[in-house]
Amino acid sequence: MRKLLEKITKTKLFLPFFCLLLVLLINLFKSPSFFRVSVSNGVLYGRIIDILNRGSEIAILAVGQTLAVAVSCGTDISVGSVMSLSACFTCMLLAGFGVHSTTVLQMPMLIGIVAGILMGGLCGAFNGVLVSKLKIQPMIATLILFVAGPAIGLLLCNNQMVYIRYDQYKYLGNFLNIGDWKCPIPTPILVTVLVVAVIAIILRKTSLGLYVQSVGINRRASRLLGINSDKIVFICYVIAGLCAGVAGVVASSRIYSADPNNIGLHFELDSILAVTLGGNSLSGGKFSLTGSIIGAYTIQAINTTLLAMGVSTDQAPVIKAVIVITIVAIQAPVFKQWWAGMKNRRQAEAKELS
Amino acid sequence: MAEKIILTLREIDKSFPGVRALDRAQMTLREGEIHALMGENGAGKSTLIKCLTGVYECDCGEIRMDGTEGTLCIHSTQEAQKKGIVTVYQEVNLCLNLSVAENLFIGREPKTKLGFVDWKAMNRMSEKIMGEHRFNIDVTKMLGDYSLAIQQMVAIARVVDIEAKVLILDEPTSSLDDKEVETLFELMRQLKAKGVSIVFVTHFLDQVYAITDRITVLRNGAFVGEYKTTELPRVKLVAAMLGKDFDDLAAIKPEGESIVGEKVIVKAEGLSHSGTIKPFDFTIHNSEIVGITGLLGSGRSEMVRCIYGADRSQTGKMVFKGKKVKFKAPIDAIKAGMGYLPDDRKADGCINGLSVRENIILALQARRGLSMLPRDKQEILVDQFIELLNIKTASRETPINQLSGGNQQKVILARWLCTKPDFLILDEPTRGIDIGTKTEFQKLMLKLASEGMSVVFISSEIEEMLRTCSRMCVMRDGEKVSEISGQMTQESVMNAIAGGGSNAKTT
Repeated sequence: MRKLLEKITKTKLFLPFFCLLLVLLINLFKSPSFFRVSVSNGVLYGRIIDILNRGSEIAILAVGQTLAVAVSCGTDISVGSVMSLSACFTCMLLAGFGVHSTTVLQMPMLIGIVAGILMGGLCGAFNGVLVSKLKIQPMIATLILFVAGPAIGLLLCNNQMVYIRYDQYKYLGNFLNIGDWKCPIPTPILVTVLVVAVIAIILRKTSLGLYVQSVGINRRASRLLGINSDKIVFICYVIAGLCAGVAGVVASSRIYSADPNNIGLHFELDSILAVTLGGNSLSGGKFSLTGSIIGAYTIQAINTTLLAMGVSTDQAPVIKAVIVITIVAIQAPVFKQWWAGMKNRRQAEAKELS
Repeated sequence: MAEKIILTLREIDKSFPGVRALDRAQMTLREGEIHALMGENGAGKSTLIKCLTGVYECDCGEIRMDGTEGTLCIHSTQEAQKKGIVTVYQEVNLCLNLSVAENLFIGREPKTKLGFVDWKAMNRMSEKIMGEHRFNIDVTKMLGDYSLAIQQMVAIARVVDIEAKVLILDEPTSSLDDKEVETLFELMRQLKAKGVSIVFVTHFLDQVYAITDRITVLRNGAFVGEYKTTELPRVKLVAAMLGKDFDDLAAIKPEGESIVGEKVIVKAEGLSHSGTIKPFDFTIHNSEIVGITGLLGSGRSEMVRCIYGADRSQTGKMVFKGKKVKFKAPIDAIKAGMGYLPDDRKADGCINGLSVRENIILALQARRGLSMLPRDKQEILVDQFIELLNIKTASRETPINQLSGGNQQKVILARWLCTKPDFLILDEPTRGIDIGTKTEFQKLMLKLASEGMSVVFISSEIEEMLRTCSRMCVMRDGEKVSEISGQMTQESVMNAIAGGGSNAKTT
């Protein structure tokens, strides 16, 4: 039993998972009904469902961000802006340029959505070329779209919010309705599962994951042993872009509109934070997708908790900062060493006593 | 010789996950002596030094230093430095993107009255320091612009300038040529005269006998013995290191003319890369081992990088296995059937943090593209090479950076052998590895050649190449100046390198 416990605590994902659990437990303590999931109106309700639902965008972004961080030892800070741009592009295509609000779609909804996601991919490709071919520092390269993304979105939307008042457009961000049947699980959760599954399968079944780590650890050596390092970096940024595209469309569907200035606002920070909270190093190399996803939901759990506890939105960031600092500190190598040292000393003392 | 003991290490233990690196190791250092620390790869030399300098904390044991009460407890390199113990490591640990002067004075920059860095004084002092060591270089240029040899000298100059009682040189000569080694020795003698004690770790027996007073031998992390250099014959030293009588070196003397195949594997005409290597021709047959010799920086590595496609050739043409080829990137060369073991293991070879298994299969995997090599096949392959090359590792999933230098090199070699290349380039494969492993490498090369592989072998040790190569290309100043074959002796090769080749036939 003790050995098993030791083995569990030694695994790399233990700490991120432990932190998430801690946040959830605090919730349980504060409001015993926290874990209750009820069905009303044919769909699932509850805090947990809410966290999973609201955390979808961060989780999807975190998947792409993990790869970008791992391969290039830098961060893609444009993902939030790309979200906004993708949302605007989709809405513009569906509503038509310059239309403020529409109930009739200009083209099949699916094409609009796919185009929006591809727009994200295009942005990722732009970042990818800057980082891989021109060897610009990732943060600087992605700063361009970070600034320009929402501005381009505003242009596409003719400087106004664009509303798609079309029922089916709300499905992606809310609940699926097929005929009489209503899916009880919020669609963003399903989308997240899909995205994570696709990326995880690609990483597991192809050698891309190995290449990403290899290039992230030592780009020069990787080239010499036959990996096309530039291509791998490029692919990772395109994936990050596509993920941002998906997240953008989901976010837009939630509010059935495109709001260039608010969709994806500060999401790049949350996605980077998710990667860190997941125990991944921002200096690239080895990575854990699972860790990042746990990190993403930890952030959302904190957000939801603060909201539920009635902390005003103005003060929430302060408390969030305190919690995040605590979690990051617990995972810092220095702290781990100190902890291990403590344990050794205590064991030595126990030995002496006996 | 002063017999005052300045530093003692006793019963030092250090374990890493799965490996016991040091097992009651010890060492005694006297004032003003040059003391060689010898042992095979993985014998624990580097670990012992890292314990002494505070990089690692030893699990138990004691370190006593003259002038301080009780045992020393060294937690960091800064602390060691304060005590007067300074180190120059095997691989250069300086900032390549800073200037030479900045590297020399990092952490102790001269300040102006206002508290700003006094750049002028710093550059002037740096020039003086480097001048003392007879290196007249531009100290304001980036360190990365200089060759590995000069970087090493800067690293030594830096620590020497700090007041040192004990100077530890961890394989400082592995990237220096003979002249530079002599300069270093001169420096060491100066320091010795000043009363500095020097711990000298090297694999070159010649150098040990040229400069050291005493030798401590480690084997498998344990202390074997301490000897006076003058009283210990070479054979005994090697025997102490290996723990067995040693006749291996004699065993691989050239067995007459080695058989060179008929088939031309590589035929390069007029390849060049601007700025690094002038146009050269190169031909190699199957079952042939060709050496490339020359001073450091003479274009040895650049030449093979050009053939391999690591540096794209701007001129000329190349025929590989009868087919005209033009390599745009290393992957093209790998697909055609080449392998390249680079000289800078740390920067170009190892993928630190990835396991031994992943490091071995990477090149084979890269050739396959995105379709993953099945895990069970990987494991069979990896186990096979761990056994074949006798790689000392806790398991196949151990991160490569936990292995000793020679074993890391074996992993990189395994990476190429598992792609079954027809043409293998080995650039300084034996640098910084012990004599036992060196012999293993040489034997392996001969075996591979006898099985039909063409091998290009680059080494700073001419003796090593004489034993294995049937032909040698001589490089000078980025140009291939001649090719020698037939009866080669150390002298004839040296002459050819120096440029007064009497029996070198020019191609």
